[in-house]
Amino acid sequence: MKKSIFYTVLLAIILVAPFAFPDFRTQLATLWLMIVVAMTWDMTGGQMGYNSLGNIFFYGTGMYVAALISIGMVHDVGSYNNAARSELMTFTDAQYFTGAIIGIIGAGLFCALTAVVIGYLTFGLRGPYFAIGTLGVAIAAGELVANWDWVGGGQGIALPVYPGNLDVGKLFFYFLFAGTGVALFVFLKWLYTTRFGAAINAIRDDEEKAEAMGIHTLRYKLTTWAMAAFFVGIVGGISAFQLIHFEPLETAYQTINLGIFMVVCVLLGGKGTLWGPIIGAILFHVIKEVTWNYLLGWQWVALGALIVVTVVYFQDGVMGWLMHKKPEWFGIRVEQKEAR
Amino acid sequence: MSSIIDIQSVSKSFGGVLANTDVSMKVEKGGITGLIGPNGSGKTTLFNSIVGYHPIDSGSIRFEGKEISKLQVQNIARLGLLRTFQQTRIYGAMNGVENMLISLPHRKMRFFDSFGRNTKEDYERADMLLDFVGLYEKRYLQSGSLSFGQQKLLEFAMALMNEPSVLLLDEPTAGINPTLINGLIDRLKKANTEFGITLFIIEHNMRVIMNMADTIYCLAHGKLLAQGTPEEIQGDQRVVDAYLGAH
Repeated sequence: MKKSIFYTVLLAIILVAPFAFPDFRTQLATLWLMIVVAMTWDMTGGQMGYNSLGNIFFYGTGMYVAALISIGMVHDVGSYNNAARSELMTFTDAQYFTGAIIGIIGAGLFCALTAVVIGYLTFGLRGPYFAIGTLGVAIAAGELVANWDWVGGGQGIALPVYPGNLDVGKLFFYFLFAGTGVALFVFLKWLYTTRFGAAINAIRDDEEKAEAMGIHTLRYKLTTWAMAAFFVGIVGGISAFQLIHFEPLETAYQTINLGIFMVVCVLLGGKGTLWGPIIGAILFHVIKEVTWNYLLGWQWVALGALIVVTVVYFQDGVMGWLMHKKPEWFGIRVEQKEAR
Repeated sequence: MSSIIDIQSVSKSFGGVLANTDVSMKVEKGGITGLIGPNGSGKTTLFNSIVGYHPIDSGSIRFEGKEISKLQVQNIARLGLLRTFQQTRIYGAMNGVENMLISLPHRKMRFFDSFGRNTKEDYERADMLLDFVGLYEKRYLQSGSLSFGQQKLLEFAMALMNEPSVLLLDEPTAGINPTLINGLIDRLKKANTEFGITLFIIEHNMRVIMNMADTIYCLAHGKLLAQGTPEEIQGDQRVVDAYLGAH
């Protein structure tokens, strides 16, 4: 009962926020993006114990796939992305929306598929090797795309602007991001209570033991990463249309920005918990925006300091700290050691 | 009785160290087979070879007539051949019941079953087996906070939860309070008789292994030294010498 009130209030806030703070619509949309990438990162990093530094690959790939699908449905992709193009290539309203929806869903599906392929090649790596291996995939993908003229090369892709009122456009993107975030939350809340959730926790806690007990570890790892990649691909696709123009290295495959931010969000909020990534994403986003506004010029220093402090002193995050201080809130009970 | 595990002249070396040389033995279906030998005689290496932790250099290992020496750990585990570890391995952050539920036999599940929740029967079975090993009272405690001996019992219960046809136990009584050992022997015997699980046990405690096993194999320096009933092994001068370091 208490819980249903809590969730109703939360949902109301999500629905009302962009109307109550119309100036912050894009900020709030970006916050949802952070929440989604943090929660998906936690699926493998927190719940399954595989710290990927390459999840940004799915963000960038999602952007490109969504853009290419929506362009390809109307125009010839090669000539649309030709830097020397002089002819005007336009989209009707209907073409824009069908292209966006099909492109975004296609981005999610494509990313899920690539996660299976890349996972098959990289899940043999453990610990830091997996992190570096996946980071390599993301960096390599960015460089490859930057040299591929058919998709616009280094200058990226320019998509059409949202047709109609731009304020409505901001609402449109806010609700796309928020809808994805809510769907992801509901999905994970369910997934973590199933045997599937227990199996990936077992892989995190002791993969050798899980293997020795006959759990199909590779199958679980691939499925988890594919599910995470699906949602990252979706928000990548939404970002492509929201940003209008994106280029490969700084926007799409931005390994040093969003690629790291998602990890810091999860560490800040608490790995391996349902709420940790959300709390972490909100905290991180607020801190980031505040430093951008009030410490301009020093914002990267402040952000770097935050990352260092989090990684060195506060690895368990807010939720981990709470679990340690108040284990009974989480139903954790330990054996009482008798005094000798 | 027919043999369920059939090991034929298995050899395994690590660099220049010959851990197992030309070892052959049979584990009878439905029985309790013991494996003894001084420290460093290659017992755990043999176990690891059977469950697929490392490839063997030569020889053959058959499980229910099927060659398994080329299979990987998970595939062998899914045939119903399970092992426990000498250094106990449980999921320390979870409580006892969660540990048990993770150990449900995944080989009997189809992929989409894993998206279901655990059933009432699963919980009842977990409780029953935790009761069987005497951990029922402590089932909601974080398992990493249990004593070593209790963790060992939990690992045993987890193995039973997996419904194996053969269970390889690596020193089940090591680190267990001596007053509890008799209880553990009873439980191992019950697992064998009531649940019908074939046991293959590495054990240093002679009283325990002589009490339980039908057949005992003794390894020394990676070679099979002796085999026979507990009485024959006890009377075998070579075994006594091996333990006293005459070799």
